[in-house]
This record gives sequence, C-alpha cells and structure tokens, in this order.
Amino acid sequence: MTSIAEASPRRLRVSALDEPLPRPALLLAVAGLAWLGAGALVLSWPDVQELERTRLLGALALAFGTLQLAVYAGGWLFAWLARLGRFAPWLIVLAIWLTAWEIVTAKLDLLPLPFFPSPQAFVEVYTDDWRRLGESLLASLLLLFRGFAIGAAVGFVAGVALGWSKRAGYWIHPLMRLVGPLPATAWLPLAFFIFPTSAAASTFLIALATAFPLTVLTWSGVAGVQSAYYDVARTLGANSRFLVLRVAIPAALPHVFVGLFMGLGSSFAVLVVAEMLGVKSGLGWYLQWAQGWAAYANMYGALLVMALMCSALITLLFRVRDRLLAWQKGLVQW
Amino acid sequence: MVTLAERSIVATAPPIVGARLDVREVDHGFVLNGEDLPVLEDVSFGVAPGEFVALLGPSGCGKSTLLRLVAGLDQPRHGHLVVDGEEVTEPDPSRVVVFQDPTLYPWRTVWRNASLGLEARGLLKQQRSRVDEALALVGLDRFAHVYPHQLSGGMAQRASLARALVNDPKLLILDEPLGKLDSLTRLAMQSELTRLWQTRGFTVLMVTHDVEEALLLSNRVIVFSDRPARLRADLVVDLPYPRHRDHPELLRLRREILGLLGLGGDW
Ligand SMILES: Nc1ncnc2c1ncn2[C@@H]1O[C@H](COP(=O)(O)OP(=O)(O)OP(=O)(O)O)[C@@H](O)[C@H]1O
Ligand SMILES: [Mg+2]
Repeated sequence: MTSIAEASPRRLRVSALDEPLPRPALLLAVAGLAWLGAGALVLSWPDVQELERTRLLGALALAFGTLQLAVYAGGWLFAWLARLGRFAPWLIVLAIWLTAWEIVTAKLDLLPLPFFPSPQAFVEVYTDDWRRLGESLLASLLLLFRGFAIGAAVGFVAGVALGWSKRAGYWIHPLMRLVGPLPATAWLPLAFFIFPTSAAASTFLIALATAFPLTVLTWSGVAGVQSAYYDVARTLGANSRFLVLRVAIPAALPHVFVGLFMGLGSSFAVLVVAEMLGVKSGLGWYLQWAQGWAAYANMYGALLVMALMCSALITLLFRVRDRLLAWQKGLVQW
Repeated sequence: MVTLAERSIVATAPPIVGARLDVREVDHGFVLNGEDLPVLEDVSFGVAPGEFVALLGPSGCGKSTLLRLVAGLDQPRHGHLVVDGEEVTEPDPSRVVVFQDPTLYPWRTVWRNASLGLEARGLLKQQRSRVDEALALVGLDRFAHVYPHQLSGGMAQRASLARALVNDPKLLILDEPLGKLDSLTRLAMQSELTRLWQTRGFTVLMVTHDVEEALLLSNRVIVFSDRPARLRADLVVDLPYPRHRDHPELLRLRREILGLLGLGGDW
C-alpha cells in the first residue's frame, strides 16, 4: 500500500511534465490592448472630416481588441488558442497602422480627399454598399468559373493529345504556336463584336487565357514521362487507354498543376479587363463605376474583395494539388 | 530482417505450364551518336518449359537488351524470338519482366504498384488477395500503403518483384532482381524464388552479376562475351535443390565461369 501511495505523486508529476499547460504569447495581450487603444482613440478624438461610421469603427476596434484578450486568457487553458499567439506581431502592426491612418485622415485631415479616404469611410463601403459589392463578386466568380472550366478542359485535353498522339500534334501544334503566345486581351475588340453577348465574349477570352499555359505544361508533362513507365505497364498487359489514363496523366500531373496555376493567374487579368471594358457587372466593372463617381473608398473596398477572392481561389487550387500530389516530396506551401 | 523462409505463403493458384523460348540467330544494335553500336551478335539458344536459365556476362555486353527483345519491348534487327511457337512481336502479360531499375510509379502506393498488372487486365476485383500474398512473399506487407519515395532501394526492388509475381507469368524475365539487396535478404529471396519456381512451374530467364547466385538457382548458365555479346558457353548445372555453395561440382563450375569471364585462377 505504502509503495502505491509513494509512487502515485511521482507518476502525477511525470504526467504533468508530459503535457505542460499551454502558455499563450504575452504579445497577444499587448495586441489586444493596442486594438482597445485604437478604438478608444477613434471614439474620443472628434473628427475633423465629416464622417458617418466613426462609432461603428470604434466599436469594431474595441470588440476586436476584447476578442484578442479573450483568446489570450483562453490560451492558458487550451493549446489551440495559445497557438493563435503567432499572429500577435501582425495584429500589433495593424493596430498601429489603423491608428496612424485614422489620425492623418479623419482626425487631422492631412491627406487630400477623395483619394485617401479615412478608415470609417472604408467601413462605410461595406455597411452601405454590400449588396452591390456582393452581386459584383458573384458575377465575377461566375464568369471566371465558366471561362476557367472551359479553358482548363480544352487545355488539358489539347495538352494530352499533343504529348501523346503524333497526328493530333500535327494539327494542334502549329495552331498553338501561332495563337497561344498572343495575349488573350488582344482578342477583346474582335470578341465583343463576334460573340452575341459580352458575357459569352468574356468567357471565351478567359478560357483562351487559361488554355494556353495549361496546354503547354500538360504537353511537356506528358511528353516527359519516362519511357520505362510505359515499358512496365506494357509488359503487364496494359492497353493504350490504360497507358494514357493511368500512366501518362498521373505522371504529368505535377506539370498540369503548374499550368493550372499559371492559367488561373492570367484568367484573373483577363477577367478584370473584360469586366472593365465590356461586361456590365463584376468587380472590374465596380472599380470602373466607382472611379466614375470618384468614390475612392469604394475602389479600395472592391480591391480588397478582389484580392481576397483571387487569393482564396489560388489557395483552393493549392489545396486540391496537395491532396492529389500527396505522393510528391517537397511541395511548395502556398 | 525479413525471415522469408518462415513464411509459407506460396501462391495458392494452380501451377502453370512454363513457356518454351527459342532465340534464333538474333542480331541487334543501336546507333549511338551517329555510330553503329552492335550489341548482340548471332545469339541462339533455347529454353525448355519450366527451365531456370541464368545469363552471365560483362557489364554493358547486352544482357538487358536481350531481355527487352524477349519481352517484346523492342524488335531485333535480325533473327527471331519465338515463345511457344509464336513469334514475339509485342509485350504480353504472360511474359513478365522485373527490370534492373525497380521503376515503381511514385504516385501509387506499394500496394497499388503491385496490383498494376491485375488492374491493367481488369482482374483486380476478383484477385485482390493475390496482391497481399505477393507483398507478404517479399516481406513488404507492412509497407503496403506507403509511397515509393518512402522505401529503401532494396525494398523498392522487392516491391517490383511482387508486382511481377502477381501476374502468373509463364515466362519470368528477371534483370538482376536481387542486385540491391543486402546479403541476408538476398539469401532469403533466393530460396523463396527457387521455391516459387518449383511450385508454380514457370520458366525463368534471369540476368545476374553474381556467379554463385546463378549456380545456386539455375538449371543452366549461359555466359556471354564482351560487347557485342556472343554465346561463350552454355553450362548445365545438374544438381538437386536446395544446393549448397560448397558443393565440389558448384565450385568447379564457378571456377570455369570466372575463367570464361576473364578472371584468372586466383578467384
Ligand atoms: N536505348 C539504347 N540506345 C542506345 N544504346 C543502348 C540503348 N540501350 C542499351 N544501349 C547500349 O547497349 C549496350 C548494352 O546495354 P545493356 O543494357 O544491354 O547492357 P547489360 O549487359 O545489361 O549491362 P549491365 O550488366 O551493366 O546492366 C551498352 O553499350 C549500351 O550503351
Ligand atoms: Mg543490364
């Protein structure tokens, strides 16, 4: 009995060593206080500029600061909350930047309007114009998705055909060499003239911009497959369908994803240009429209939404790639 | 260490009749940098059904080239390769090759690599257990679900052996299949290969650099000259299995073969 009584506290201590209590970063508390300070400054220092959403901005800053303090407190109990402490340096810098921006615009009016709107004007874009912004985002996503899907499908098939079949290569190769390097935007005037609707024209342009890099990369991926891979499959009784679908394409997949990445990038460029010049919807159009009204806060707001959209789509592509190419070593993390 | 001898998982499928192979007056070569490079010159030999024939020769003499011709991956410039009375014109799953390089597909797990042949022929659904058996046979059952880049060189080679064994070959073509294994695994795999060959009855054509291995495993040893490869000798090894490496007849053959390969009596 005594031995158990003696042994148990030691075991307890050992287990406590095994799982140390989480320790949140003190810097996170500093960040929370910085945001509370920013909020207090926004609310207490009267605006020089005439502005609507000062109280909302202050309340948001206070709420955000309180949230960080709560996460800091929760970090003493939960390891996953403590891990959020790694964002603290960024949060502090953002609080300082918000404060400085607020002072030089709303509080002291040092920067010329309308080019440099205050933070509360920025907030106002989302509170007052969220419907139009949301509709523009949806329109952009829809157009992008249609063009990208068509372009990706065409580019992939063309690339596989080029890499695999001599006869397909005979016909596709010259076309691709002539038309591919031409920027898709060069087709713009013609496309809006030929296609019945501007939406169809823009879809075509985005598809074109996506297809070219994907074709080239898929092609080089398929053409670069080691012949030993085919030898193995052929001696095991594979037909040519199996060689294409189960050998050539999986082996070329890393290249295909580089092509998709490049295609997505150029499709963003074409999307914005097409929306600015032809389509009467989408974030590109919103930017154009805001510029017409000299609504610079709206432009910044739309730019932020656009940046988030593009970044999210790239992230999505990388996630899909990480899943499909889990067998590869040393993938670049986005 | 893999203790293969203790495993008794010899494939459960019924025995097969090995293929008969005839190599007739085969010449082959390549054009390297615009110059003609003769590799095989007037090579002729026959392999009876169920025979185990080892091919020995200096590095670069043309052994792998000959195996590719037998597999039907390349066509000879001159001469014929005939399997069971039919000219070899293309690869066939009844003639399975274990290449000198393991050449596993990096995007497939070990299990999915081993099942490649069954999948290609649409037999995977009915014969999944054969893949597990083959992997157990080469001692990789615990590594069935890892990717090739997570294997050692010897494990990759065993995986490629499993990939071949799954397919019930009538003619098993082996290009230094045990080359990268450590000596203990190598011994275990040698006895496993012998046992598999004896129970299943397929024909084996095996290239090796190891004279002792050739003598321990095969019924016949064919020795090639330096490039272009010509037949130097065709020796019958008429000894019962399992063989012992110190058997006087084996030692005599070993000395003879090393002499043919240009290594003097000191060996
Ligand atoms: N695809 C090819 N193109 C040109 N030359 C080749 C090709 N394959 C093999 N050779 C040449 O043929 C010769 C024989 O090659 P092979 O691979 O058959 O040798 P090997 O006997 O298997 O040698 P090792 O024992 O080293 O594997 C070599 O000189 C090589 O350079
Ligand atoms: Mg070789």
